[in-house]
Amino acid sequence: MSLSLIRTVLLTAFSFCSAARSLSTSVHLQAQGNVSGVMLTCEKWKMPIPFSQYNSKSKKTLAKPGVKNIVLVDGVRTPFLQSGTTYADLMPHDLARAALQGLLNRTGLPKDAVDYIVYGTVIQEVKTSNVAREAALGAGFSDKTPAHTVTMACISSNQAMTTAVGLIAAGQCDAVVAGGVEFMSDVPIRHSRKMRKTMLSLNKAKTLGARLSLLGSIRLAHLSPELPAVAEFSTAETMGHSADRLAAAFGVSRLEQDEFALRSHTLAKKAQDGGMLSDVISFKVPGRDIVSKDNGIRPATMEQLAKLKPAFIKPHGTVTAANSSFLTDGASAVLIMSEEKALAMGYKPKAYLRDFVYVSQDPKDQLLLGPTYATPKVLEKSGLTLNDIDVFEFHEAFAGQIMANLKAMESDWFAQTYMGRKTKVGAPPMEKFNTWGGSLSLGHPFAATGCRLVTTVAHRLQKEGGQYGLVAACAAGGQGHAMVIEAYPQ
Amino acid sequence: LVLISILGLHCEYFTRTHVNYEIKGDVAVIRMNDPSVNTLSVQMQREMTEVMDEVWGNSAVQSVVLISSKPGSFIAGADLNMIQACTTAEEVTLLSQEGQKMFEKIEKSPKPIVAAINGSCLGGGFEFAIACQYRIATKSKKTVLGCPEVMLGLLPGAGGTQRLPKMLGLPSAFDVVLTGRSIRPDKAKKMGLVHQLVDTLGPGLKSPEERTIEYLEEVAVEAARGLAKKQIPLTKEKGLMQKIQDYVMSYPFVRQQIYNTVQKKVMKQTKGLYPAPLKIIECVKAGLEQGPTAGYLAESQNFGKLAMTPESKALIGLYHGQVTCKKNRFGTPEKEVKALAVLGAGLMGAGIAQVSVDKGIHTILKDTTLEGLSRGEQQVYKGLNDKTKKKSITTFERDSFLSNLTGQLDYNGFNKADMVIEAVFEDLSIKHKVLKEVEAVIPPHCIFATNTSALPIKDIAAVSKRPEKVIGMHYFSPVDKMQLLEIITTDKTSKDTTASAVAVGLKQGKVIIVVGDGPGFYTTRCLAPMLAEAVRVLQEGVDPKKLDSLTTGFGFPVGAATLADEVGIDVAAHVAEDLGKAFGSRFGGGNIEFLKSMVDKGFKGRKSGKGCYIYQPGLKRRDVNTEALEILESYKLTPNAAISSDSDIQYRLVSRFVNEAVLCLQEGILANPVEGDIGAVFGLGFPPCLGGPFRFVDSFGADKLVEKMRKFEEVFGNQFTPCQLLLDHAKDPSKKFHK
Repeated sequence: MSLSLIRTVLLTAFSFCSAARSLSTSVHLQAQGNVSGVMLTCEKWKMPIPFSQYNSKSKKTLAKPGVKNIVLVDGVRTPFLQSGTTYADLMPHDLARAALQGLLNRTGLPKDAVDYIVYGTVIQEVKTSNVAREAALGAGFSDKTPAHTVTMACISSNQAMTTAVGLIAAGQCDAVVAGGVEFMSDVPIRHSRKMRKTMLSLNKAKTLGARLSLLGSIRLAHLSPELPAVAEFSTAETMGHSADRLAAAFGVSRLEQDEFALRSHTLAKKAQDGGMLSDVISFKVPGRDIVSKDNGIRPATMEQLAKLKPAFIKPHGTVTAANSSFLTDGASAVLIMSEEKALAMGYKPKAYLRDFVYVSQDPKDQLLLGPTYATPKVLEKSGLTLNDIDVFEFHEAFAGQIMANLKAMESDWFAQTYMGRKTKVGAPPMEKFNTWGGSLSLGHPFAATGCRLVTTVAHRLQKEGGQYGLVAACAAGGQGHAMVIEAYPQ
Repeated sequence: LVLISILGLHCEYFTRTHVNYEIKGDVAVIRMNDPSVNTLSVQMQREMTEVMDEVWGNSAVQSVVLISSKPGSFIAGADLNMIQACTTAEEVTLLSQEGQKMFEKIEKSPKPIVAAINGSCLGGGFEFAIACQYRIATKSKKTVLGCPEVMLGLLPGAGGTQRLPKMLGLPSAFDVVLTGRSIRPDKAKKMGLVHQLVDTLGPGLKSPEERTIEYLEEVAVEAARGLAKKQIPLTKEKGLMQKIQDYVMSYPFVRQQIYNTVQKKVMKQTKGLYPAPLKIIECVKAGLEQGPTAGYLAESQNFGKLAMTPESKALIGLYHGQVTCKKNRFGTPEKEVKALAVLGAGLMGAGIAQVSVDKGIHTILKDTTLEGLSRGEQQVYKGLNDKTKKKSITTFERDSFLSNLTGQLDYNGFNKADMVIEAVFEDLSIKHKVLKEVEAVIPPHCIFATNTSALPIKDIAAVSKRPEKVIGMHYFSPVDKMQLLEIITTDKTSKDTTASAVAVGLKQGKVIIVVGDGPGFYTTRCLAPMLAEAVRVLQEGVDPKKLDSLTTGFGFPVGAATLADEVGIDVAAHVAEDLGKAFGSRFGGGNIEFLKSMVDKGFKGRKSGKGCYIYQPGLKRRDVNTEALEILESYKLTPNAAISSDSDIQYRLVSRFVNEAVLCLQEGILANPVEGDIGAVFGLGFPPCLGGPFRFVDSFGADKLVEKMRKFEEVFGNQFTPCQLLLDHAKDPSKKFHK
C-alpha cells in the first residue's frame, strides 16, 4: 500500500471538482435582459414572458380551513465554496454555526424564542454525529433548545424543513430553525475493516504477548483506507455514472448539457453581480479573510466546455466536470414559524410553506428522476397546474440530469409507462426555471441545498411578483422531493 | 448519386429478410435481424456477403458498424441444423471453409468494421466478431462471448482456432477455446477481446432494451468514424507482461511445452473420450507452427471430422434435449406460485429454498428444531454469499433475495402458500404425518409436493384428502448445483398440478423430466442396479480406486465408489432394500448386508467423514478407508474370470443401468427417450459423450449390448436379462430411439 495509491483514489473521487477549477475564468456574459424586471430573455430561450398572471390562477390561495398557516420568516446561507478552498480547515459544525448565527443576526430573533432545531447533513463527521446540537450550542442558542440531525442525501435540509413544518402543524412547536450543512473539505476516511477489528481487539488484549501477537497479525493490505464513496450502496454505481446513463437513456446530447451548464453559470453570475443572492451572509473564517461570495460561479465559453473529457463513462460519456455540480462546502438555515407566532413577534414573513411530497424510485436506472415523479404529485395535492407556478427552483445535480427530467416530464409515453399517469405533467418553461443559477454554478453542499432552493423561491416570488413557486430535487437512493411555496402577500 | 443509392437500398431492403443496412453519413450500419434467432445460417451468410460487397463498393462509406436488431443476441452461433443436415465430413469441411473465406474478407476489410455486441455472441457469431477490426459490447447481463463448440464436440471452425492465439496469446486462447466457457463483458474487456464497453440504459423515452441498442449503435458509429479517421488506433500498445509473454512464446521449445502440458491436462480430464479438445490443440499448433494455410486447412478438416463423430452427435443431442426440457409441455398453470413453503431445513430443503428465493419466490423454510433451522438458513446465506464473492450477484442483491426467506418452526403463513414442498426424512410414516398436518393448514388451491428419491408418490398420497394436488419433485443434491429436477405424477395428479410444478422448477432454473410413479421413479431406479453391481464388484476384490477409474474411464464424471459416498451409504442401503423388495432378485447383485455393516460402523459416506474413502476437511487427497476393506473381506466373492476383465466390469455396470432405463420407457415411466437421456446425464452423470442411455443404445447397437448382457446373464441370471424393448431394437437394427 502506498501513498500514491491513496492519492490516485482521492483524485479520482474528487476529479470533477478539480477539473472544474481548471476551467478558464474569462467571463463571457451572454445572457441579456433584466432579471428583476417584468421581462426576461435568456441566451437560448429568447422569449419575453410577462410575469403578471396573478389573476389567472387555479386557486387564489392554498390556505386551507382548519390547517395552520406555516411561514418562512427568513433564510440565509454561508457562501458556498468549492471544497478545499477557504473553509478547508474548519469542521462541519463551524459552518453550521455560521449559518445559524447569520440567521439570528438577520432576523434579530431572541435565542430562547426557538423551540426546536433540525439540521441536515449527509457525510457525517463522526465527532459531531448530532451536528445540529453541537452547532446550536456553539451558535449560542439556549442549551434548553433540543436539536436533532436528519439525513436524506441531497434532500436532507428539505427533510429538516418539512420536519419543522410537521412539528408546527402538530401544534408541538411555534418556532423552529431548520437547515443543513455539508463539508467536503474533510471527510471521514476509515481504516480497513480488518485493521479496525485488530485495533478494537487490541483494546481488550490484556497481556503484552496478546498485544504483540495482534500487532503481528497486521498485514500491509490492512493499512489501505476506506474512502466514503459518492456511490449508491445498493448498486455500487457512482452518481455521475448513473447521470451519464440517464442522459443517454433520454437522448440528452453533450451539447445540450454544456449549454445548460453554461446557462446556469451565466445566470448565477448575473444574479451575483445584480445582488440577487441576498440569502448569502458574510462569514469571517478564523485565520482567513471574510468570505461573502460563492466561488464556484465561472461562466466559460462553449468551446472551453467542449474540450473537457467525460468524467465517468469513458471514452463516449457526456457528463463532464463542467456540466456536473462540484464538491462544495456550505451551510444554510431558515426560520420557520406558525403565521400567528411570526406576526405576534412582529415579523413580516416571506412565504407560506404549503404542500410537499417525497417520492422514491429504482435507485439504479431512475436514481435522479425525483423531480419528474414529485412535481405532478405535489401539484395534484395542491390543486394547481404547471401553469400556476411562477417560479421553479430545481436542484441541478448534473446538467444531464436536469435535461433528462425535463424530457421525462414532457413525455406522455414516460408518464404512462412508468408513472401510471394518463398524460405528461409538462416541462417547466425555461424563463421561470432556475433563473438565478443553480447547484451547477452556485455549488451543492449536499445537505444545505434544500434551504437555498426554498429561500430562493421566496426571494424570486418577492422580486418578480409571482404567487406560487415550486421546489423539486432528486437525491441518492432514488428519492425525490417537491414543495409548493406561496408568496406572502406584500 | 446519394438519392440513387438510397433508392437502391430501399429495393434491396424488401428482398432481404435477414440483413439490411443504412448509411449514416460515411458509416454503413449493417443490421442483422433473422426472423427467429440470429444464427449464421445459409440465408444470413448469403445476404451478409451481398451487403458487404455493396458496402465495400460504395465509395461514400468509410467504415462499417455491424449490429443486431435483436435485443437478446448478437449472433447466437452457427446454424446447428445446417451442420446436422450434412452427411459427410467433406460437406461440413466445405461449410467451414466458406465461413473462413467470409471472415478472411472481413478481417482484411479496407474499411474498418466495428462489431457492436449486445446479447449472446457465441460460436460462429463470436468468430465473426473477432474477425472485425474493433469490438464494442454492452454490459448487459445477456451479453456473453465465447466459443462453446467444444461442448458440442466441435471446434470453432471459422477461424477461431487461428485468430484467438494471436489475439490473446497461447495460454488464454487455449483456456477460451478448450473450456468453451462464456466470457462476461467486463472480463472480455480485461482480456482484450473487446475494445470498449457500453452501459445498459434504464427507462427513457423508449423501452430500455430498444434504447440500449440505439445507444450502442450511436457509440459504435462514433468509434467507426474515429477508426476511419485514424483517431482511434487499431493496435494497442502492449503492456510489459504482454511483451515478456510474446518474447517467451517466440521460442518453439516453450510453445512445445505448452502444447504438451495442455494435451496432458485434456487427457487427464477427458480420459481421451472426447476428440474435440485434442483436435483443437492440433489446429492451434498447425496454425502457429506451420503457418496460416496449414492452420486454416487443419481447422476446416478437423471441423468436418468432428461433426461426424458419435461424441458430437451425442452432445448436440443433449443440447437439443436440454432445450426441450426447459419448456413446460403441460402449459401455463392456472395460478402462478408466488408463495412457497419448504418443510425440513436439511441439505435438500435449504437447497430448494435457496434456488427459490433468488428467483423472487417468497419462501417459508420450516423445520422442527431451532438447530436444524439455523443450519438451513446458514446454508441459504452461504450459498448466496458465495455468489457475491464470485461477483455474480451484489451484496445488495443477496440481501434482497434473503428478504424472501422466512425461517420458522410453526405452520404460520401456510394458509397463504401456493405450494408446499416437503423435504423431511425419507420415511413413509413421517411423510404421512407431515402431509396430514400440512393439509390441515393450507388453502384449497395449494399444491403438496414431496421431495423423495424412492418412495412411491401414490403411497405418500394415500392419506391425502386431495390426491390430485399431490406430486413428487425429486431434486438432486446439491440442489443449487445440480440442474435436474425429476417430477413424478401419479395417475391421480391433475394436469394443472403438474403444469404448476414444472413452472416452479423452470423458475428455479432446472432442467425437468416428468415421469410416472413407481418405486425409484426413473433416476433412482436406473442407479440402483448399477450401484448393486458396483457393490458386487467391490466384493469381488476390486479396490474402490480401481472401481472409480473404471467408471470414470467409461465417461462417468464421478466414479461409482465416490458416487456411493456422495449419495450416502445409508441412503444407498435404504434404497437398495426398498427397491429390492419392489423388484425382487433383478435388483440383486452386491450384498445389502455389506452396506448395512458399513452404516453400523458409521461409514455413511462423505457426510460422516468415512465411507469407501476417508474424508478430511481441507484435504483434497482421499485415502481408501481400510476399515471398509476389512468389512468387505467378510463379504468376499470369487470373481468369474470370464466376465471380470476391465471392459467386462464396465459393461456389467453400464448395461444394467441402460437396460433399466429402456425398461422404464417400455413400462411408460418415461414419456420419451429424450427425457430419459437428459435425466441420466444431468441427474446421474451418465457419460455425456455417450449422450444418455438411449443414444448409447442407438450408437453402440442394441444387438451388441444384448450380446454382452446374455454373456453376463449366464453367470448372474435375471439381473442381466435384456428387457423386451431392448430385444426389439436388437432384432431390428433400423429401430432407433432417436431419429
